[in-house]
Amino acid sequence: MAYDKFSKIVSPAVPLPIENVDTDQIIPARFLKAVERKGFGDNLFRDWRYDKSNQPIADFPLNDGKYTGKILVGAKNFGSGSSREHAAWAIYDYGFRVVVSSFFADIFKGNAINNGLLPVVVSPAFLEKIFAAIEADPTAEFEVDLPSQSFTIKATGESEEFDINPYKKHCLQNGLDDIDYLVSLKDEIAAFEK
Amino acid sequence: MSDLKIRSGRKNNFMEAKTLFDKIWDAHVVKQVEGGPNVLYIDRHFIHEVTSPVAFLGLKTRGLKVFRPDQTTATPDHNVPTIDQNLSIKDELSRNQVEMLKKNCEESGITHYGLGSDGHGVVHIIGPEMGLTQPGMTIVCGDSHTSTHGAFGAIAFGIGTSEVEMVLASQCIMQPKPKKMRITVNGTLGKGVTAKDIALYIISQITTSGGTGHFIEYAGPAITSLSMEGRMTLCNLSIESGARGGMIAPDETTINYVKGRKFAPQGEAWDKAVAYWETLISDEGAQFDTEYTFDAADIEPMITYGTNPGMGLGVSQTIPTGSDMEGTDKATFLKSLKYMDFNPGDAMKGKKVDFVFLGSCTNGRIEDFRAFADFVKGKQKAEDITVWLVPGSKAVESQIIAEGLDKIFEAAGMALRQPGCSACLAMNDDKIPEGKYAVSTSNRNFEGRQGPGARTLLASPLTAAAAAVTGVIADPRDFL
Repeated sequence: MAYDKFSKIVSPAVPLPIENVDTDQIIPARFLKAVERKGFGDNLFRDWRYDKSNQPIADFPLNDGKYTGKILVGAKNFGSGSSREHAAWAIYDYGFRVVVSSFFADIFKGNAINNGLLPVVVSPAFLEKIFAAIEADPTAEFEVDLPSQSFTIKATGESEEFDINPYKKHCLQNGLDDIDYLVSLKDEIAAFEK
Repeated sequence: MSDLKIRSGRKNNFMEAKTLFDKIWDAHVVKQVEGGPNVLYIDRHFIHEVTSPVAFLGLKTRGLKVFRPDQTTATPDHNVPTIDQNLSIKDELSRNQVEMLKKNCEESGITHYGLGSDGHGVVHIIGPEMGLTQPGMTIVCGDSHTSTHGAFGAIAFGIGTSEVEMVLASQCIMQPKPKKMRITVNGTLGKGVTAKDIALYIISQITTSGGTGHFIEYAGPAITSLSMEGRMTLCNLSIESGARGGMIAPDETTINYVKGRKFAPQGEAWDKAVAYWETLISDEGAQFDTEYTFDAADIEPMITYGTNPGMGLGVSQTIPTGSDMEGTDKATFLKSLKYMDFNPGDAMKGKKVDFVFLGSCTNGRIEDFRAFADFVKGKQKAEDITVWLVPGSKAVESQIIAEGLDKIFEAAGMALRQPGCSACLAMNDDKIPEGKYAVSTSNRNFEGRQGPGARTLLASPLTAAAAAVTGVIADPRDFL
């Protein structure tokens, strides 16, 4: 699936200081019935964003006007549970390009990278600093630099490097996915099958 | 369905001790991408209606065909109704997904077990039933509970839709090799303690992220004494510890289970396969990145009290007080209890239950229905409780009827439904109403998992049966 090339993003961030955010919360199962990939952002965090009568719940960060930006900051074990790629699609479709946590669930992390959504793993201590920076000033900006693999709190200049597989980094920077590459290996794969 | 070539890999250095996982993984690496993941060959691919349509759409957009259609098997399970399956599906979006799966399979030459057909069922139930799941294989599906198939000594894990598209396009995916964990459970399980309880106990100990980045091998006498059904339940729940998958070395139990099934190797191919399967053990001295050892004697029937599968405890115990927690830990704990409307320190036994759900890829196999039937035989359903009994497949349903278990359920005031994922994730009409408590044999107690506002308590079929006849959380051992 085509996505925007990723290089550097400077943006404020939306905090979600809840642990073990599972993919059923990111996109509840009843919204998985589409056969095309579009519109999932409307139902991102549906049951945390809206009450029973579909009214926005004021104190949920996505509904709180003071928080904006392309970076979502979660607490540890973000994206646990179901393998539904709709979770990554929903976050991307809503407008986020980066998700930050001290710890991601494996399948979610892979799905995010495969869809141009950069998962940034920071240390627990640095994560606390990010939350503190947002709390001190919701318009505080952060810089996510993929080429140098760094995440910077602009207000303080504090920075941490993050890991990413070199191959996946190349894919993200160039907006590439794995399918074209795998299809180019067909002869090798057929030989392997023998 | 073609017979698959056994990929036993290159001969490795005779001194090198390998884990079960390494042996299978290494035999399936087509190529190591420089600075990147492995190109991993996939023997068996299962698809269902929810996570495959966008993958098929992607193939069409690229003008690609399915590379190896005979290695993919399809069935609709997540969305299907569990009553009146002979009628058209009422929900338009669900019907569209189910029809789209059929159409995509017809166009690509993929075997499809449609609603109401003999092979239909939950994707992780039908694979093993038909012998499609075999030791030594790599198996994927766009569903996290693909870990179920690891019970046969296969590398089986859930993938996203982009990866479903990769497998359809090339029969391969790009995967970094995970770390290896061994969980050994020594001793003998007590009366009324099942594979489900082992799994919930392990997750309560290592947490829902304890297995992240790892593939688990389960070992030890309490594990090898489990039936294949029990092993599937245990491996199924591996993902709930964050692990991509779990596996158990194939042994006589495994081989006896696979033998004679529809797609199991036959004749000479069978002998050759068994000879290979017998080599699928972790060599003595093989290195694991992480090891845990537990004692079966410490495990009692388990139940969850919170909103992730790691929030579990013995049914006779009380909810933690949370006094030793702080920061986001404590906030998450309290948020969870608020959702459940439980208080720190509450006892679990005696809490009111509104629904019981027996089914899902975790506990929807014949053995689960036998255990439940055995328990409720001669007893009556509690007055204010709704019991949903949902077989994992048509084959399970037929076996239930052949053994007369349906009559036992009827006499107890409970009715059997038709196969599907049902209330496990409530994509169909089987939704637990807001605020109601459901003791469920499924795999996830996340907020809203069984319906918006539903409160889920995960447990074994025995503990579910005890709730069904008492109307409250009860210890099944008190009745055995």
